[in-house]
Parts: sequence; C-alpha cells; structure tokens
Amino acid sequence: MELFNLGIRSIFIDNMIFAYFLGMCSYLAVSKKVSTAMGLGAAVIFVLTVTVPTNWMLNEYVLKEGALSWISPGLAEIDLSFLRFIMFIAIIAAMVQLVEMIVEKFAPALYGALGIFLPLIAVNCAILGGSLFMAQRDYTLAEAAVYGFGSGVGWLLAIIALAAIREKLKYSNVPNGLKGLGITMLLTGLMGLAFMSFMGIDL
Amino acid sequence: MSAETLEKKPAEALLSKRRKKLVTDPLNDDNPVTVQVLGICSALAVTTQLKPTLVMAIAVIFVIVMSNFVISLMRNTIPGRVRIIVQLAVVATLVTLVNEVLKAFAYDMYKELSVFVGLIITNCIVMGRLEAFALGNKPYDSVLDGFGSALGYSWVILAVAFFRELLGSGSLFGLPIYDYISGIFGPDFHLATNGLMVSPVGAFMILGIIIWIQRTKTGYVEH
Repeated sequence: MELFNLGIRSIFIDNMIFAYFLGMCSYLAVSKKVSTAMGLGAAVIFVLTVTVPTNWMLNEYVLKEGALSWISPGLAEIDLSFLRFIMFIAIIAAMVQLVEMIVEKFAPALYGALGIFLPLIAVNCAILGGSLFMAQRDYTLAEAAVYGFGSGVGWLLAIIALAAIREKLKYSNVPNGLKGLGITMLLTGLMGLAFMSFMGIDL
Repeated sequence: MSAETLEKKPAEALLSKRRKKLVTDPLNDDNPVTVQVLGICSALAVTTQLKPTLVMAIAVIFVIVMSNFVISLMRNTIPGRVRIIVQLAVVATLVTLVNEVLKAFAYDMYKELSVFVGLIITNCIVMGRLEAFALGNKPYDSVLDGFGSALGYSWVILAVAFFRELLGSGSLFGLPIYDYISGIFGPDFHLATNGLMVSPVGAFMILGIIIWIQRTKTGYVEH
C-alpha cells in the first residue's frame, strides 16, 4: 500500500514537470505532435525505471558513507558520496545509449521521429533529478523502482497533454510575441494549476 | 577599447567587435532562455527567492565558462563519437566542485538548493554551448561565448525571482518590503501576498510574460 501511495504521489502530486520543473527542455521542444511526444515519454519512462534502481544499487553499495563495508570492514569509513553526480550521469549516459540501440533496431520509425532528442535524454533533467531525489530521500530498492516508474508516467502524462493542446492551438490566433514558447509557458502554468488540485489528496 | 586598438597587431584585438558580440548577443537577441528555449529545467525551481537564485546564477556562470574553456582546449583530441560522455564528465566534475564548495562554505544554501546544484549538469545551456561553440572555437572565444550565455540566463532567472519573491513573499533578498510599505502608510494599508507566485504556477506565468515582453521588443517570432 505504501508503494502504491508513493506511485500515485510521484505521478500526480510530485509531478516532475508541474512541481519540480524537471525535463522542461525536451518537454517544450518535443511537444508539437502527440505521436512524437508519446514516443519520447515512453523512452523517458523506460530510462527512469531502469536508471533509478540501478543508481540506487550504486549508491547503496559503492557511494554512500560506509557502503563499501561489504567488501571489507576496513573500508567502512570511506565516503564516496561526492562522486555521486559523475557516477549517476555515467550510468544514465550508458543506459540511454542502450535504449538508443534498442529503439534503432526494433522501431526505426520511432528512431527517425525522435531524432536528436533520444541522445538528449541523457541530459534530460528529469532522469538525473529522479536519481538525485531518490538518493536524497533514502528510498528502499522497491521504492526507488516505483518512484522511477511513477515519475516517468507523470512526465509522459504532462507531455502528452501539452502536445494535444498544442496541436489544437495551431488553429488559434496567438499574439506574435507569445507564439511558440511564450504561450506554451502560460499553458504549462494553467496545467500546473489543474494539477495543484491533486495536492488535496491525502496519502 | 582605445588602448586595444592602439597596440593593434596582426592578432585580433582582445575585445574586438566580433568578440563583444559573443558576449552581448545572448543577453537579448539570442537569449538562451527566452529565445532558444534552453536551461529552463533548473532555472525555475530555485527562483522563489532572490538569494538562492543569485547563488545558482553564479554557479552556472562558473560551470559554463570553465567547461567551455576546458572542452575548447581539448577540442582537437576528443573523438566525435564519445564527445557527449567527455563533455558530461567535464561538466559533472565542475558541478561536483561547486557542490563541495557550497557544502563547505555555505551549508544553508547547500541545503536550500539541494538537488538543483547537481542538475546544472543537465542544464541544456551548458551542453548546448559546448556542442555548438566550444567544440569548434579557440579557448578565449569560447570563454567569452560561455560568459555571454550564462549572463543571458542569469538575468532572466533573476528577473523571474525578483517578481516571485516580491509578489509571493512581499520581500526582496529577505528584506520585508511589504512590511516597510505598510509601515509608511499606516496599518490600514495592507498589501496581500500572492501565494500562487511561490508555487510553480507563478514561475511559469512570469516567465511566459517575460518571454512575451522580450520577444515583442526584439521582434522575434517563432513559427
């Protein structure tokens, strides 16, 4: 039940985009078409679900203070947590490379549509943010997996909703200065307002 | 400027027109946040107060300038296929440095910014400048270019933070401006703070409006 609550919370209440502004770059850049947004969202879910638990293990057994004591008790005093950023990002870059290869092999159409944005998942703040939040909040392995998956789903929801709105927005007459990014920011704000209503849910 | 032009040699002046443009262009016409849509990720989360925003801006300036410099020095030795990893490694090292310095000398700030210092690694402006500029240009030019982009980013997030802190908490840099105003006009004159400005929604709205004003002034239209 705890895990279920955490999942719901990471999808709706602590939504990556509406609560923490993470992954905004690709969120704004790839949300012009629903189909592309769906592809990128699925890739983000996958990468988050894989990297957060992987980074959890890395953090738990290598980086944390005293984490190396499973090798020998003499290493118990070593604290490698300052290496966290560089190790997390290395894992993420490797995983993204893997996803890129898989997508290229099994879904060439999606690969073509995602284009430049697939390698850019490596520098998507949502991915690294997920791992850093996981380390900061001291999740267990199961919690880390649920949190990674839930955050990814929340991100997918946000980007698909925005893409759907932007497809319709093409037919409206937006002031010149607001075209593109400006109106998208305002839209995201309004969507955030809607998502704020989830805060009332007591979990 | 005149001193530079006097000792003009075959080499380009230290602050030639082209180099000045490297710094000034990103401030307005080619702003990384409002025009290129980069670096918004970590920009908005810290902007509820001016103080952490200032620290964030300084950290980003440092990371962009230094990483541009380092990558530019190594630009001829980095193989194209692994350049992303190399860039990430350089940036992550610099960010770790910033994080450790903050932890040692400004622990409160370190607690307040929490994961968002780490997220400078994935700030698209950093990677964007490395990819677009530092990989193909000399170190000094790259430093100027990075500095310009970082300044362009800084003024936007500081502007967002100014409005969010003033309207949301009624203060600036922690000084209770609203209280002063009520003090001048008597207790009947009460300024209400807007809680929406502290929430993410306020950040999106203010940035949207800044983008609107800025693009209307420069006449940039996105299609």
